[in-house]
Amino acid sequence: MKAQKGQVRVITGNATAAYGAMLCRPEVVSAYPITPQSELAEQLASFHADGILDAEMVMVEGENSSMNVVCAASIAGARTLTATSSYGLVFMYDALQETSGFRAPVVMINANRETPGIHAVSSGQQDMISARDTGWVQIIVENDQEILDQIIMAFRLAEDYDIQLPVMVNYDGFYLSYLAEAVEIPVIEDVDQFLAPLKKQPERPKLVPGEPRGCGTHGIEMGYVEARYKHCMAMERVTKKVDEIDRDFGEYFGRSYGGQIEEYRTEDAEIVVVTSGSATGTARTVIDAKRAEGVKVGLVKLRLFRPFPAERLVQALKGKKAIGVIDRSVCFGWKYGPICMELRVLYPEIGLVPILSYIDGLANLDINIPHIERVVEEVHAAAQGKPYQEVTWIPMEE
Amino acid sequence: MVIKHKNIFKQESAWSNADELLLCLDTGSWRTERPILDKEKCNYCGLCALYCPPQCMKDMGDHFEANLDFCKGCGICAYECPRDAITMVPEGEFADEGSKRSG
Amino acid sequence: MKEIRIHGRGGQGAVLAARMLASAFVTEGKFVASFPMYGFERRGAPVVAFTRIDDKPIREKTQIYNPDCMVVIDPGLMKLPALFSGLKPEGVLILNSPQPLKIPPNDNLKIGGVINATQIAVDEIGRDIPNTCLLGAFAAATGWLGLQSLLSCLGDYLSGDILQRNLRSTERGYREVEVIRW
Repeated sequence: MKAQKGQVRVITGNATAAYGAMLCRPEVVSAYPITPQSELAEQLASFHADGILDAEMVMVEGENSSMNVVCAASIAGARTLTATSSYGLVFMYDALQETSGFRAPVVMINANRETPGIHAVSSGQQDMISARDTGWVQIIVENDQEILDQIIMAFRLAEDYDIQLPVMVNYDGFYLSYLAEAVEIPVIEDVDQFLAPLKKQPERPKLVPGEPRGCGTHGIEMGYVEARYKHCMAMERVTKKVDEIDRDFGEYFGRSYGGQIEEYRTEDAEIVVVTSGSATGTARTVIDAKRAEGVKVGLVKLRLFRPFPAERLVQALKGKKAIGVIDRSVCFGWKYGPICMELRVLYPEIGLVPILSYIDGLANLDINIPHIERVVEEVHAAAQGKPYQEVTWIPMEE
Repeated sequence: MVIKHKNIFKQESAWSNADELLLCLDTGSWRTERPILDKEKCNYCGLCALYCPPQCMKDMGDHFEANLDFCKGCGICAYECPRDAITMVPEGEFADEGSKRSG
Repeated sequence: MKEIRIHGRGGQGAVLAARMLASAFVTEGKFVASFPMYGFERRGAPVVAFTRIDDKPIREKTQIYNPDCMVVIDPGLMKLPALFSGLKPEGVLILNSPQPLKIPPNDNLKIGGVINATQIAVDEIGRDIPNTCLLGAFAAATGWLGLQSLLSCLGDYLSGDILQRNLRSTERGYREVEVIRW
């Protein structure tokens, strides 16, 4: 059973995200507007006003409340959705952890933007990084079509009985949120069909009026340990599930993204560049150009950030002679960028090869073609045994 | 790392100095009209400087002048002047000037 | 691939112009990507919008450093020293201006399309929103886009009386633009 061709429209990443959310028929939506996601919140409200989105829209005074609303609605059994960015994401710091601790399958759309400290209304992945240990599944996408598709896959993942974890779908603010591309919008009945397997699964526990029960009540001693253990085990199950759902999506809709990671021209590659988000698109053009020059370079696109796709990365990178990782954020406490730092944990399995960390693309500064060319050239030199710099903050060197 | 970037901030953290470069934002380029003062009408009351949102009015001793590097052309000074001494004039009339950077 | 950079101020419709352009090219079977660059969403602040068009999917997600064509909505922006940075040789400039452009303002310019879009917009729409008029001028001066493709997609963004007025403004831009070849 294959999906029908959807309508093609030229719309922004924000509008695409709103479509993706609407198509999944969330029952409770509470999204507070914030640059660069405002259009998304507005479009959802617009869908609701036009009768296209039949959801309980809860208007709140801030993001902390929006997360509390959807968390509560979720454990009352509703399919829920919220959306935010940077300041909003950090404003819901406690509620984020309650949501994942309750194992509430909320789906949140996060338009990446730099976090507080230096007032930044600009693109960057620091917000996603700052929420690393909140217990959420985190996925990051490369283009507008992937935003829409990943939101659909996010509901299927979050509400899976084996998983029951909240999922954050990230996309680069400004670069994708405001980017208008041609996007195919699936027919809603096909999305219903794709999410239908969830109905065949056992029902997850939920609050029911008249039946006394509690969720996430005091964990003391072994109560806490057990809950945390189960949460971590569920995180481990996410990796394979992401691959499965991506395969199913590909079979049904004809579009597939590789699951936890995508490997681009890595099979015979000697060196690999690792990117995430919108910069991946730019990186592909550099990889193709360098390949035409005879450099055996490949690209790994990190899609799943939490849980970290360790096994798939080891498979992709094992035996390569050098690796370059481009981070669009910083890691306070380690000299490497955050994704590089986590990838270095896999050192023993990948092989003791140079892993070069690049920090670039902060605060609306581009990760552009000359930058990525530089990364390829330096990683290539490192692979040949030449001296290299372990960490480079590209904008500081310009 | 060979750092080529020249520090914008003097301190460890991102402090800006109201006497010098304030937040490094080129707000002057946002302007579509600028305040022009009729000095005959001005009585140096300072209300324009008090109300100016980016606080870019320079004290010239007997009148105030907007620092054009930062003046956004909001027109609040003209609105608040009790003597109607300030008029907002479209930037297009100063098109031949070329870009001016003061101090 | 063709890269088009649109310069304006917040409130002049630069962002919408970039998107309308993208939609128009899609009707002609092209792949497109369009996005703006601004930090502070307020009127008056300079805005740059980018539109890329190609016969194959567009993967670059960066600003446009080397435009093939520039569209300048606010003539006041011509003062900015960095405006023409990166313009490719044989570049095109579409300029909203009441005055003709005898000397090319940049050495890399080959074609200029000058039109008093502000006046046309005030005539047809009643307000200084020159973006659609400039798109018509763009289509005529570059020859990269058919007028009908442009007119057909305005309906995705506007409706009713405002749509009709903008259609007229666009068509006037197309017909009345003064095209100079340097």
